[in-house]
Amino acid sequence: MTEVPENLKYTSDHEWLRLEDDGTVTLGITEHAQQALGELVYVELPEADRELEPGEACAVVESVKAASDVYSPLAGVVAAANDALADTPELVNDSPYADGWLLQLRPADPQTLEELMDADAYTRFLAESED
Amino acid sequence: MSKTTPLYTRHQDAGAKLVDFGGWQMPLHYGSQLDEHHAVRNRAGIFDVSHMTVVDVHGADARAFLRNLLANDVAKLKAPGRGLYGCMLQESGGVIDDLIVYRTGADDYRLVVNAATRDKDLAWITARANGRELSVTERDSAVMLAVQGPEAIAMCVPLLPAELRSSVEGLRNFQCVASGGWFVARTGYTGESGLELIIDDSRVALDLWDALNVAGCKPCGLGARDTLRLEAGLCLYGQDLDEAHSPLVSGLDWTVAWEPAERHFVGRAALEEQRRQGPTEKLTGLLLEDRGIMRHGQPVSTAQGDGVVTSGSFSPTLGRSIALARVPAGAQGDCTVQIRNAARRARLVPPAFVRNGEVLVDLGDG
Repeated sequence: MTEVPENLKYTSDHEWLRLEDDGTVTLGITEHAQQALGELVYVELPEADRELEPGEACAVVESVKAASDVYSPLAGVVAAANDALADTPELVNDSPYADGWLLQLRPADPQTLEELMDADAYTRFLAESED
Repeated sequence: MSKTTPLYTRHQDAGAKLVDFGGWQMPLHYGSQLDEHHAVRNRAGIFDVSHMTVVDVHGADARAFLRNLLANDVAKLKAPGRGLYGCMLQESGGVIDDLIVYRTGADDYRLVVNAATRDKDLAWITARANGRELSVTERDSAVMLAVQGPEAIAMCVPLLPAELRSSVEGLRNFQCVASGGWFVARTGYTGESGLELIIDDSRVALDLWDALNVAGCKPCGLGARDTLRLEAGLCLYGQDLDEAHSPLVSGLDWTVAWEPAERHFVGRAALEEQRRQGPTEKLTGLLLEDRGIMRHGQPVSTAQGDGVVTSGSFSPTLGRSIALARVPAGAQGDCTVQIRNAARRARLVPPAFVRNGEVLVDLGDG
């Protein structure tokens, strides 16, 4: 079984989100996603202050073989990007829920986070999509 | 229904990520395709390439038949035990497939063609062989292994039948030797030295696979095979080569044997016409100067006109993106590549980036 931390929210595109104490939301890709993509060799991140629509592609993660878009399920403004990934994109493989985070955003409406899957729902979603 | 090679359970046991490739379940990697790539550049790796199609052509007319079928000239193979690389063309000059042909006996030749083009290749070959004094036989149960890297030959030789060892050690590039169900050639698709082996008995092949693993030869998948061949500047059929383009515009003019002028081969008239007019396009290497990764199909813009990326990826040896691209014949210097919504800066370079462990391209970053 792949790791699905309890305290995060999840999307059906295999992103995870976490509401921080300061009201920002951190976004990354899940353990399942990094395994499916394989070793990442390039990550493209958004500029700070970019405004994101819900469902908009906000980052690109590329393995040797292919490029994959990462989507923000929330509307908001980019507050920060994980600049360490420029030289060490493999952090996303090694530590998808911690050092391999992609970006932080200031959500337009933090309540929309509640509409996403919790860990139990995402675990069921993973199990169903394997059938 | 995908086909599997005799090594399928070995791949499963080794934790391979298996993918469909040309109708075959083949290993993409065994955990890290980057580690596999570096193993071949630095030491040795082993690839199951049993999906490749092996075709034996035998008979009194075999030589004349192949001199007509291929743009390279098998008359260069003056004695058994030698091979050459070349293209099989349409009358239009377009490439049906690229292949290696070995001479294995006085009237015996062995062709190794691509898996993805098997059906059309066999149909083309057998239709043209009809009425000639020769046989065309596919060796579809044989196992084909590629053992590649600076230490590959030294690792492999002690594991071969005793009667083959000294002759394999003495092989030069594109030479081959065959004996007792073994065929061993000093060829490959990685830019490193190494061997390609075709073994009739799959149990014998499994034993060699196991022994090479014990000796420290790293199992490698198609992912590493692709980045190794791209760094070496070797074409992949279906991406860099196709029926819409001749070898003259695909960086393979050196594989066309113009002499003797009286040899007729399929596609010759079209190639001669192209040569008279001067080729309008060429296949070049690209080195990305900006960040990002170039991919197949992305538009290229040069001062001399537009082109397209035919193969693009990340080079594990260089740590940046490289590509092969088809561009106007006069193009040189700087260009841009459209990567999603941004035009990124790249530089045209000769299409060989890394071979024999050496970086051949000027990275320009001091």
